[in-house]
Amino acid sequence: QVEQVKLLDRFSMSNKSVTGTLYLTATHLLFIDSSQRETWILHHHIAVVEKLPLTTSGCPLVIQCKNFRVVHFVIPRERDCHDIYNSLLQLSRTAKYEELYAFSYNPKQKETERVKGWELIDLSEEYTRMGVPNANWQLSDANRDYKICETYPRELYVPGTASKPIIVGSSKFRSKGRFPVLSYYHKNKEAAICRCSQPLSGFSARCLEDEHMLQAISKANPLNRYMYVMDTRPKLNAIANRAAGKGYENEDNYSNIRFQFVGIENIHVMRSSLQKLLEVCGTKDLSVNDFLSGLESSGWLRHIKAVLDAAVFLVKAIAVESASVLVHCSDGWDRTSQVCSLGALLLDSYYRTIKGFMVLIEKDWISFGHKFSDRCCQLDGDPKEISPVFTQFLESVWNLTEQFPQAFEYNEAFLLQIHEHVHSCQFGNFLGNCQKEREELKVKEKTYSLWPFLLNEQKKYRNPLYNPDFSPELTLLEPNTASFNFKFWRNMYHQFDRSMHPRQSVLNLIMNMNEQNKQLEEDIKELEAKIKQRNGQLDAVPVKECPRSAPPALKTPPCFKKQQPLIPVNDAVRTIEGSNTADNRYSEFVEEFSKAEPAVVSLEYGVARMTC
Amino acid sequence: MEFAELIKTPRADNVVLHQPLSQALEGTLCLTGHHLIFSSRRRDNAEELWLLHSNIDSIEKRFVGSLGTIIIKCKDLRIIQLDIPGMEECLNIANSIEALSTLDSVTLMYPFFYRPMFEIVEDGWRSFLPEQEFGPLSLMTTEWRLSYVNKEFSVCPSYPPVVVVPESVNDEELRKVAMFRQGGRFPVLSYYHTKNKMVIMRSSQPLTGTNGKRCREDEKLINATLRHGTRGYIIDTRSLNIAQQARAKGGGFEQEVHYPLWRRIHKCIERFNILQESLIKLVEACNDQSHNMDRWLSKLEASNWLTHVKETLTTACLVAQCIDREATSVLVHGTEGTDSTLQVTSLAQIILDPRCRTIRGFESLVTREWLQAGHPFQQRCAQSAYSNSKQKWEAPVFLLFLDCVWQILRQFPCSFEFNEQFLIMLFEHAYASQFGTFLGNNENERSKLKLPQKTMSLWSWVNSPEELKKFLNPLFEANSLVIWPSVAPQSLLLWEGVFLRWNRPSKHLEEAQKETIRIINVNKELQVKVNALRRQLAELETN
Repeated sequence: QVEQVKLLDRFSMSNKSVTGTLYLTATHLLFIDSSQRETWILHHHIAVVEKLPLTTSGCPLVIQCKNFRVVHFVIPRERDCHDIYNSLLQLSRTAKYEELYAFSYNPKQKETERVKGWELIDLSEEYTRMGVPNANWQLSDANRDYKICETYPRELYVPGTASKPIIVGSSKFRSKGRFPVLSYYHKNKEAAICRCSQPLSGFSARCLEDEHMLQAISKANPLNRYMYVMDTRPKLNAIANRAAGKGYENEDNYSNIRFQFVGIENIHVMRSSLQKLLEVCGTKDLSVNDFLSGLESSGWLRHIKAVLDAAVFLVKAIAVESASVLVHCSDGWDRTSQVCSLGALLLDSYYRTIKGFMVLIEKDWISFGHKFSDRCCQLDGDPKEISPVFTQFLESVWNLTEQFPQAFEYNEAFLLQIHEHVHSCQFGNFLGNCQKEREELKVKEKTYSLWPFLLNEQKKYRNPLYNPDFSPELTLLEPNTASFNFKFWRNMYHQFDRSMHPRQSVLNLIMNMNEQNKQLEEDIKELEAKIKQRNGQLDAVPVKECPRSAPPALKTPPCFKKQQPLIPVNDAVRTIEGSNTADNRYSEFVEEFSKAEPAVVSLEYGVARMTC
Repeated sequence: MEFAELIKTPRADNVVLHQPLSQALEGTLCLTGHHLIFSSRRRDNAEELWLLHSNIDSIEKRFVGSLGTIIIKCKDLRIIQLDIPGMEECLNIANSIEALSTLDSVTLMYPFFYRPMFEIVEDGWRSFLPEQEFGPLSLMTTEWRLSYVNKEFSVCPSYPPVVVVPESVNDEELRKVAMFRQGGRFPVLSYYHTKNKMVIMRSSQPLTGTNGKRCREDEKLINATLRHGTRGYIIDTRSLNIAQQARAKGGGFEQEVHYPLWRRIHKCIERFNILQESLIKLVEACNDQSHNMDRWLSKLEASNWLTHVKETLTTACLVAQCIDREATSVLVHGTEGTDSTLQVTSLAQIILDPRCRTIRGFESLVTREWLQAGHPFQQRCAQSAYSNSKQKWEAPVFLLFLDCVWQILRQFPCSFEFNEQFLIMLFEHAYASQFGTFLGNNENERSKLKLPQKTMSLWSWVNSPEELKKFLNPLFEANSLVIWPSVAPQSLLLWEGVFLRWNRPSKHLEEAQKETIRIINVNKELQVKVNALRRQLAELETN
């Protein structure tokens, strides 16, 4: 505990601050300011702690979080600052999975509840919903003991004609053994999205089993003989991989394939792109042009567009040509997960429901081994493995919700909450890098699943405008991917910078109204029943006392309004947050100016100050 | 002049119309004195397009064999294409459109010919008379009075006949002050903040020149607005540099020596061709869908439009802050006091005054602070983003103001009685209209043109119940607070309703909007019903 700590406003030019007390708990850092407002920061959320050079007011400590919160403390004594710095370094860098919050988190729930929570999402149910297994697709037990591919799930769906030797042979020809398997099956088109990693083709190597595997996939589609192979990497990267004995499919060796590069950059480019974006966003007194040119040079929106463009390409192949598509990148767990899951989301309205979105994440991200632990830096590890791949997926979805406001059951808050928990390590779902690791960690025995908690509070995450059968054409979403459709996601990257957001939220207002409407409908039923009951009683009494004969003045007694106030519209939503100039950047100017107001100002001096 | 002289081919058949976001249509094209009319032949789905010639910003013609193509770029930023068979017909039509869309004489404009088809409930020309507007203020304070010194437009040609000035300054003194201010635009009252009695005044620059001329009446006038022992701010909408340069041309700024009670702050709000260029670049960027992300962002940046939005809003916030937080009065001016000055004073009022966020209040604001205050609409809005003629006085000053209002509306979606459509409608009518409201450059010209007698006011139409419905914001709940917008670049958005309107389908967004309105209406109905039932039950119980 350290007292007299200042929390600086991140964007203030005059270093405005609030003073309060800083506490460190086993799991959180807590700051309580003089007006008793609390700021909680989970240690796992801390990405970077930085001590800045000593100033006259104390020792500055900057904490950057994975959920894009940035806090800037000034601690009066250097020793305290040093202690806190060291403690935070230790607390935020966990060496072992067992020390993560999820293994100590206890929401005081019954064990049966906890176990039931893990059963909420059942992927075999999901494959049944898609319509597999069927005549063309079978469940393979080849990987039941993780013998063929450690980073795949135990249960995999492959073409009916793919025999075990073909699977084994193909997996040996694919990076990390990640051979082509089914990701999504489109019932109406009988076409499939399949995923894998890059082939170990080098300059000339080929593998008959792998060629058979691809043929099996195209044969499993009765409507179209050819299939697409999408390499989601830029062509140059793929070519460079050939030198390392990896590479891409040679169209001459595979019959009936159409090969296509789609050019999404690798995890390192994405990491530094986000880094640049955050630098721009964090600049004090940012000008519009610096913001726009920073946005451009970060390349962030370009990458988001590339991801969505790839998904649109995939969807066209399936929806227009009824062709199956095989998607891969290098290892098939980053870009491949992005493109497969977004493709499915565009094709199938189920994934646009709250439950369906959970299923989609469980399927294409968790079960297929997106390396959440490495990418989100759950343990103290290689910083080069960190990359915002999943964040980009969520951002692409957010862009779609902006274009199709009625097509999604969930709202922005749902996406933000998932992002929060992917990094919080509070629930077991995202721990580790693959299913095998999670089984070894016994997450299902020792931790809680996030999904039941989200479902439980789904009122908060419902899109009030959602229309499940809005129009049949909406089953397939066809987004416009012209550049101007992609916007900076302020609510993600400035989630905690309240002064930047609209002061009144239409979404919250409509959400509350929707809830209120349900309540009102019930009230009406109840009131009508009561009136009916009353009338029944009244009918029994003599006609003389019937209310109709009452003098008109009695009809609306003056006290009536007080007794039965109109139902208030939720004021919390309409209240204007921060209707206060201090929250805005232009305020600083006058504040400073009026403070330094000499009695006599020489023209030039005064003017120079005023135009600073 | 007869319009018929300009129309050699009044009608062409088998014309194909290409409109943004819709399929090509085949039909008949007719030209009248004021309209280009296209009607499709398809019986099942007869579509008509009526386009005012005055809405046409520029036209281009192309020929492939005997098939001519005319591309029409409109002031509302829409681009349409007409394929007209027959070279002669096409040429005739193109020439007619060109002539009819660039008529010199105001009295030939459509408002002088337009006959309203709606029931006129109120005469918009008489909706916001200065005397009426001054009424509430006169009940609160005796420090201000109406002056008729400009009755004949002789003191200041760009001011209205009636202005509000400090009680303690007489008309003779006003005449002297007018001599000291460019264009005779002496300081007048723009806004009175009821909460603390602080005021916003506006004027043009003082004519100090290089040798620092002073005018005691001017000093007396603006000092008269200060309370004992308080100071005021002068917000100059030019950079210090530009203000200093203005001295060489006889202009200048208030010097501390002569205005010791006033602090001057220079802000730089761009005008004229810089704004015009900015709009042209922005529209160019928005119209090209093929831009990759980097190109789009760099073009958006290069247009500088959002920078202008930010600068203008920031200055308005500064003024509002002086009034509400610092409790000081403010005088705003730039050079002429007809452009950036008006942007700042009117935006500050939207921030400060809840009345300006209602439909009538906003209409009144536009009337007072733009039309009567002498913003030269006819010059500024003669052309829009596709103009080829680079006239120095064309500038989207009013559009920039509307954009700033839209930004505040986005940040406070429940605090405005009107919706985005209302702002878009004002943008359209400022550039091309069947109404006389935005014709002329000031009240003087309007009275010479006899607009109130000869044309219909936009407000008469907007305020008719049928039209008004379209412009109501369903989320509106009166909010008496001062609303401080964020001016961080992350908070400012491109106004898609205007700039991407013709480039991206808005079907899904419109349907979502309809659903929002439905939910609100259901909520209202249910509340009424619940209250009625409660009342009924209470009655039963009391008996």
